[in-house]
Amino acid sequence: MSDTAPDNTEIKSHIDALKTYKAGFVTDIESEKAPKGLNEDIVRFISAKKGDPEWLLEWRLKAYRHWETMPDPKWAKLDIPEIDYQDAYYFAAPKMANQPKSLDEVDPKLLETYEKLGIPLREREILAGVAVDAVFDSVSVGTTYKDKLAEEGIIFCSISEAVKEHPELVRKYMGSVVPFHDNKHACLNSAVFTDGSFVYIPPGVRCPMELSTYFRINELNTGQFERTLIIADKGSYVSYLEGCTAPMRDERQLHAAVVELIALEDAEIKYSTVQNWYPGDEDGKGGIYNFVTKRGICAGDRSKISWTQVETGSAVTWKYPSCILKGNDSVGEFYSVAITNNQQQADTGTKMIHMGKNTKSRIISKGISAGKSNQTYRGQVKVLPGAEGARNFTQCDSLLIGKECGAHTVPYIDSKNSSAVLEHEATTSKIADAQLFYCRQRGLNEEEAVALIVNGFCREVMQNLPMEFAVEAQKLVGVSLEGSVG
Amino acid sequence: MISIKNLHARIEEKEIIKGLSLEIEAGKVHAIMGPNGAGKSTLASIIAGREEYEVTDGEILMNGKNLLDLEPEERAAEGVFMAFQYPLEIPGVPMNTFMRTALNAQRKLRGEDELDSLAYLKKIKPLAKTLGVSDDMLKRALNEGCSGGEKKRNEVLQMAMLEPTFAVLDETDSGLDIDALRVVADGVNALRNEQRSFLVITHYQRLLDYIKPDVVHVLADGRIVETGGPELALRLEEEGYAKFVGEAA
Ligand SMILES: Nc1ncnc2c1ncn2[C@@H]1O[C@H](COP(=O)(O)OP(=O)(O)OP(=O)(O)O)[C@@H](O)[C@H]1O
Ligand SMILES: [Mg+2]
Repeated sequence: MSDTAPDNTEIKSHIDALKTYKAGFVTDIESEKAPKGLNEDIVRFISAKKGDPEWLLEWRLKAYRHWETMPDPKWAKLDIPEIDYQDAYYFAAPKMANQPKSLDEVDPKLLETYEKLGIPLREREILAGVAVDAVFDSVSVGTTYKDKLAEEGIIFCSISEAVKEHPELVRKYMGSVVPFHDNKHACLNSAVFTDGSFVYIPPGVRCPMELSTYFRINELNTGQFERTLIIADKGSYVSYLEGCTAPMRDERQLHAAVVELIALEDAEIKYSTVQNWYPGDEDGKGGIYNFVTKRGICAGDRSKISWTQVETGSAVTWKYPSCILKGNDSVGEFYSVAITNNQQQADTGTKMIHMGKNTKSRIISKGISAGKSNQTYRGQVKVLPGAEGARNFTQCDSLLIGKECGAHTVPYIDSKNSSAVLEHEATTSKIADAQLFYCRQRGLNEEEAVALIVNGFCREVMQNLPMEFAVEAQKLVGVSLEGSVG
Repeated sequence: MISIKNLHARIEEKEIIKGLSLEIEAGKVHAIMGPNGAGKSTLASIIAGREEYEVTDGEILMNGKNLLDLEPEERAAEGVFMAFQYPLEIPGVPMNTFMRTALNAQRKLRGEDELDSLAYLKKIKPLAKTLGVSDDMLKRALNEGCSGGEKKRNEVLQMAMLEPTFAVLDETDSGLDIDALRVVADGVNALRNEQRSFLVITHYQRLLDYIKPDVVHVLADGRIVETGGPELALRLEEEGYAKFVGEAA
């Protein structure tokens, strides 16, 4: 322990140096990193590095102090070794040190996967972590989009930029849906988050493009403690796309992101995710621990939030995108595909909290387990006393491939209003040998057959993804299940 | 030219095919009839490559190549097609998606270019029309919620799309109404040519009024026990299988 503990004197001197150097840390920041471990000084260091205003530093510190008192959440059906929080870097990009200089230096297996997914050549280099400025002028791409969005009054920038440029919005909404003390992972994120995205759509504006088709490149190096805040003002609409179908290399094991969505009156937010972080090898070595807190509030009447997720990566996934249906007649949706293979574990689901009158929610969850993997759907539908006429429909389907995997469904239903109508359906099935043979007789090999059948099983969810993303996601299904049969 | 020689196959410890030999020349239609449980569907499955059955002896040659050495999908790409007695359902996968994926998988295995969706539609539309498979049906999940007859039409449509060199039809006529029977038979007849061979498994002589076979075999207890011309089918209709079952036992 003693040799991994942060050297406090070293940090203090950094902080002192930064305090005296008022304006310029942004330019000088690249070469520096915080020592391993987490303590209050590290939080101050990160805050100073980001050039935070006072209120944000205070918020981070409050979160940190609270975090220290919190136990790890234990209720999920996950088998995770104790996490040593002191054995990690909280402000650094260790992979930069051994960044490949060209695709020739990249693991051919990874490149093969990009090929299968049909990722454009130019993007492959970036995804594989080839030094960015060598291949891609992301700034110029970013600017074209930004100009177009600015015309509509849409704000789309990094959260750090938003803290500086739009402090009133950030202060008002950050932590309003996911308070820093919500759970241990969210709390850690609140203390040490370094980047993420911020979106604001003004009243009545329909965002003219899927946000983030370009961000899938941009956001690469901020994956560890991302924080996303999306605000859709009255009568506006936005579709946001997070993540990437390509498997992402990241040596940092612990990921704890927070996403907050706020939909005001008559606004609609559609949030789609494809999560494909490194799942570890066949024996379960390595792989990302992905602990995400995603929550949206339908704050205004007739607002709508729709989560769509395709989760195929990570060694451990812990994730429950949720909706607080506060406005009357508001709607929450959750469409999920989770695929686990080999030794992967996933505990994922959603929470729908009905507060307003005539609120509606819909949950469609499709879980596919293969290899020795295990997954749990955990869903809560809660109807508060004031939610007259609330309705929920839940459909949970599990598909098992092979004999060593597991799938579990854990619905929690809690209704405090007798006028609520709640429906729950669940099925578990297997791919029949006869189905596989039928496909093979027509010319598909075993893996193609499995991919086709699984895509059919997930169709209802896949249909909710934006078109261009759906095609990649379908291929991803096949790639994730490679080696699961035969 | 298909040549099955002294085929023996079993499942678990039970021998089902017991020294079966059969030759089908290119361009010919052979019919197989025989009592329930004789091994007709088993033979079809073994030709197509179902791994459940263990082939203990013999070979199946197609144009000189031993099919038993190939994976099911490789046999398909070589031109083997089997219309299933009980076609499978694939929930959530539209017939169009399934068909195009299959067609392109075979083309890829043969080293040919893939068909894009336009070329695919151009190919399937007229065939679907003659076989009475509606557009709506093509968009629906494969065989899901289809009647028995609709499933059989789908099988024949798939056959027409894949243009096999050797097609095995396992009771494609059962479950069809009179009109559908004619449509399906016409579909098969339209595919008959000099190179293409058919093995038609059926219980009913009636089908053979529409699809005129060159040769008729009787399969009983895992062997071919009688071979003749179309008249054999008529005789069976009158006499039943009693004679053969006794002989085989
Ligand atoms: N998977 C299996 N497991 C055990 N026995 C099997 C299996 N498949 C076939 N059999 C047996 O092998 C024999 C032949 O079956 P098969 O389905 O080939 O008959 P068939 O000639 O097609 O009959 P039908 O006219 O009723 O379709 C039967 O006794 C059947 O029970
Ligand atoms: Mg049969």
